[in-house]
Amino acid sequence: MQAFGYSEPTTVAKATGAAAANAEGRYLAGGQSLLAAMKLGLAAPGELIDLGRVPELRGIKVEGNGALLTIGATTTHAEVAASLEVGARIPALAALAGGIGDRQVRNRGTLGGSLANDDPAADYPAAVLGLGATVNTNQRQIAADDFFKGLFETALAPGELIVSVTFPVPKKAAYEKFRNPASRFALVGVFVAQAAQGPRVAVTGAGSRGVFRVKAMEQALARDWSAKAIESVAVPAADLQTDLHASAEYRANLVTVLARRAVAAA
Amino acid sequence: MKIPVSLTVNGQPVSVEIEPRTLLVEFLRGPLQLTGTHVGCDTAQCGACTVLVDGKPVKSCNMLAIQAQGATVTTIEGLARDGNLHPMQAAFRKHHGLQCGFCTPGMVLSAVGLATQHKQPTEAQIREALDGNFCRCTGYHNIVKAVQEGLAEMTTA
Amino acid sequence: MTDTTVREKSSTPARERATQPSGPIGARIERKEDLRFLTGSGQYTDDVTLPHQSYACFVRSPHAHARLRSIRTDTAKRSPGVLAVYTGADIPPAVGGLPCGWLITGVDGKPMKEPKHPILAQGKVRYVGDPVAIVVAETYDQAKEAAQLVEVDYEPLPAVVDVRDALRKGAPAVHDEAPDNVCYVWALGDKAAVDAAFAKAAHVTTLEFVNNRLIPNAIEPRACNAAYARADDSYTLYVANQNPHVERLLMTAFVLGLPEHKVRVIAPDVGGGFGSKIYLYAEETVCVWAAKLVNRPIKWTAERSESFQADAHGRDHVTKAELALDKDGKFLAMRVKTTAAMGAYLSTFASCIPTILYATLLAGQYTTPAIHCEVTAVFTNTAPVDAYRGAGRPEATYVVERLVATAAREMAIAQDEIRRRNFIRKFPYATPVALTYDTGDYEACLDGAMKLADVAGFPKRKEEAAKRGKLRGLGWSSYIEACGLAPSNVAGSLGARAGLFEAGEVRVHPTGKVTVFTGSHSHGQGHETTFAQVVADRLGIAVDDVDVVHGDTGRIPFGMGTYGSRSIAVGGTAIMKAVDKVVAKGRKIAAHLMEVSDADVEFRDGKFTVKGTDKNVPFAQVALTAYVPHNYPLDKLEPGLDETAFYDPTNFTYPAGTHICEVEIDPETGETRIVSFSACDDFGNIINPMIVEGQVHGGLAQGIGQALLEGCVYDRESGQLLTGSYMDYAMPRAADLPSFKVDTRVTPCTHNPLGVKGCGEAGAIGAPAAVINAICDATGAKDVEMPATSERVWRTLRAGQKRS
Repeated sequence: MQAFGYSEPTTVAKATGAAAANAEGRYLAGGQSLLAAMKLGLAAPGELIDLGRVPELRGIKVEGNGALLTIGATTTHAEVAASLEVGARIPALAALAGGIGDRQVRNRGTLGGSLANDDPAADYPAAVLGLGATVNTNQRQIAADDFFKGLFETALAPGELIVSVTFPVPKKAAYEKFRNPASRFALVGVFVAQAAQGPRVAVTGAGSRGVFRVKAMEQALARDWSAKAIESVAVPAADLQTDLHASAEYRANLVTVLARRAVAAA
Repeated sequence: MKIPVSLTVNGQPVSVEIEPRTLLVEFLRGPLQLTGTHVGCDTAQCGACTVLVDGKPVKSCNMLAIQAQGATVTTIEGLARDGNLHPMQAAFRKHHGLQCGFCTPGMVLSAVGLATQHKQPTEAQIREALDGNFCRCTGYHNIVKAVQEGLAEMTTA
Repeated sequence: MTDTTVREKSSTPARERATQPSGPIGARIERKEDLRFLTGSGQYTDDVTLPHQSYACFVRSPHAHARLRSIRTDTAKRSPGVLAVYTGADIPPAVGGLPCGWLITGVDGKPMKEPKHPILAQGKVRYVGDPVAIVVAETYDQAKEAAQLVEVDYEPLPAVVDVRDALRKGAPAVHDEAPDNVCYVWALGDKAAVDAAFAKAAHVTTLEFVNNRLIPNAIEPRACNAAYARADDSYTLYVANQNPHVERLLMTAFVLGLPEHKVRVIAPDVGGGFGSKIYLYAEETVCVWAAKLVNRPIKWTAERSESFQADAHGRDHVTKAELALDKDGKFLAMRVKTTAAMGAYLSTFASCIPTILYATLLAGQYTTPAIHCEVTAVFTNTAPVDAYRGAGRPEATYVVERLVATAAREMAIAQDEIRRRNFIRKFPYATPVALTYDTGDYEACLDGAMKLADVAGFPKRKEEAAKRGKLRGLGWSSYIEACGLAPSNVAGSLGARAGLFEAGEVRVHPTGKVTVFTGSHSHGQGHETTFAQVVADRLGIAVDDVDVVHGDTGRIPFGMGTYGSRSIAVGGTAIMKAVDKVVAKGRKIAAHLMEVSDADVEFRDGKFTVKGTDKNVPFAQVALTAYVPHNYPLDKLEPGLDETAFYDPTNFTYPAGTHICEVEIDPETGETRIVSFSACDDFGNIINPMIVEGQVHGGLAQGIGQALLEGCVYDRESGQLLTGSYMDYAMPRAADLPSFKVDTRVTPCTHNPLGVKGCGEAGAIGAPAAVINAICDATGAKDVEMPATSERVWRTLRAGQKRS
């Protein structure tokens, strides 16, 4: 791994200050994607700004009389999976977090790290988009629909830091994931939610431009929240990814099957 | 650039200066000469490098040593106490849960770390819980049996 | 007689003795090696750090095929910490290429093409990962950083990675010496007899398939640490290797021209091999060569990405196979045509895998009277292909058992019935493909597997699954393997350039404790326990009083190493022969002590006894006498009790069995789960059932991995390795596999004193066909390509729906 500088801020202000001072700097959360990329030479930041000592970035809070759940950016997947608050209010989110990567990865990997990286096969983007969550940064609040911009691309400006994510508690929700047998990322993952403003369906792993919503399914579910309502709603294979692991056609099939199963399970 | 790091490894306090890029596994295998922790891949998947950091299994190949600042680290060398095998080590031996031994330290520590999550997991739960540890020798059959018994022994011990 | 005692033991079925073994043989003894592995005290090659250690990083080709226009190393040499940088141009002309240990002669009577395999690329690179230069530095990070500063000017050339592409007219030639990319065309069997049988067949089953390329993936990456000592002009090489003496012989005699006795090769704890650590590779050879120039020990440990690129791969066959049957389902003849990838260069045993270890196994467990097999071996711009667990025999079993299962379905004969109608029942049996099976009871294993698998209850389970919308299928595979490699004269007549015997030394210490030195190598197989059990059993001493040393040319007389499930059958027998010599000498010492004639002394339960009396001398006393020879027949006998034996087997051993796999398929996604896997095997006598079961489990996991998950993919256009990490190459994890149901039946091997056959490869050999046969049973398809990924199964089902 190439050498780099290192700082260990204790507040959000100090962290963003460090980032502002060094254009080559990158935030380090759990490091499960970043360190792996650095080892392979796919990333070579000049400085790592370790967020591990910033208390403001941690923790899970219930807000808005129980209607909102705010999760700190450096909360690990394992903490979300085990959280009683999350389990009671959005069990689908706890289950999703409990299925990311493997147990060791979940003990280090974080919500904010996953979102900032925006891997097109990551699980969390499906939940954030599927629940219509809000990404809170040091500068602003970004709606999920505006946050994801493509493969490994987000609305975050240089130096902008995810502080937390606020999830509205849905009436019901579920996540169905078909794992890539090699990487354990999602070959296809579908998050469905019966949210206050109506149904939402978000798909990860399949899109050629990253996580996306399936409006046709949402409309069908708005008319009739049932597995049957979407069993013949297909996403066009042309919009989906073909790679070593699956064709777009197969992924399109999985989207419909998994969406149906998620609705049934929600 | 070198940075001071202090942590506890297998019950012993350790304070040294290291380059920030030093991975926890490099720190353990290099300066500390704890070569029981192995490296089997470069994409943080095989789990041979698994150690316990504050009781939780993590992949020491995907964590900087400085991220373990102030933490308590347990490696395979720190598991046996007073010359007695930890119940999980004993269960692996009894059930032939290891062959070449290379994945074994990570596998055993991953299994020990499971105790905080499950006291009496089912076979399916154990298999899922071992998702982050590859073994190419055993076909996992005897590892699953060993983990089941090791966890039961840890609970009664 | 010493031999009689052993034979009496071996004629007792191990299965019966396993419940109540009289001695250490047949007992489930916990492994001696486990204590160090479980406490982190094992010593693998990368754990060895020598004084003044330096570290190497290899510059590797990013191209599948390219001409090397120029290489500039000056910037790299000036990089911090760098001690040396060498390229192919620095290798002296006297240094040879990496040799191939088996000469195959083609149907045209000509020897196979053997293009030079330089230890660092010269002129051209021929696969992604081909080593181009070595950088040696004070630290690994420094070596790696400097490696990126080596400027290589490549002129990319068109590449071929698929054997079918390589054979097309006008395909790019991997080597000028083989313009059509053909290494050899080889054949075995009576073609005329086969053609005649096909002409009168009532039914012919035809299949065409690919046996998918696999990457071995021992969890310990390959590693070496080479040191040179000026004091005596000698070298020490630590290397993750399965056969250190062979490594040394090939490296010194064929490549570096070093005096063999000045090179010590140590293969310490080795973290799995599965074939991939048999071979002499470029990396350790370059490190040994460079260690003298740098005058520092050089350590190299592969990163996993390098293992994917540059370990020898396995399988990679394209085959057309036909089976001719009469109207009753009796096999009349088999015709097989296979194209096998060799990769860019011939690896150590590459040439014999798809020939000698493949075509000879095509009789399987059956009386098929005529078999013909033609194999075309082809160079491709990929990593070399060589033996991977099973090596040729899984490919042969896949041919035979896919044909048999398909024929049974086509002719509406039950899967067990078609096998029963064709099983070999009289032994010894000479197959039409050059082997003579000594013994076996195939029906016993078939019945055993059917019982384990509860075949009778399958229709009910299938029905229950159907109610849940799932498809169930049952797949059989009755495999045979030729193990215990090998009779040297037979192997020699077939082209082997090495002997295939084994050596063992049994050193009895004055106190009666024993150290065994074996040429076999353990990298997970538990030899330190199994071999100790054998010796302890024979000498009537405690297993703890026997230590087994392996993996060091400096301590062991000689050895051919471990592969082809040969360790207990050949290595174990060599040790037994040495033990026999110890006992024979001990009898003479005991006779002297008891003042009787040698002929009146027998050895039993650790005591030398005068026949028909209770007069005896314990083994330990005889050992002490041998080293303190005060009352000793010094005029007739040397002091000491330390015997060495070499054993060359008279035949292969033939483990066989039946595996039955039950799958459940989700038709909506194609996801296939193995709900049950049963294996009933005949390995001859069993020394430690616990270890044998472990070997079966591990083999099954690899066989199931091949069938469902694993497949090495190169991009057909660019020749890039697409499955270059665990992100893309699917390794079997715990949740991908079931718990296995295993059992054994015993027909002892007739030609070794332990009656053992070997068990290391069985699972990997039998499983792939069982899994694919089960998927075909569940889906009604004739074939599903391996690995049968969810998408492939889903497509198979959709194609079936369209057809019907």
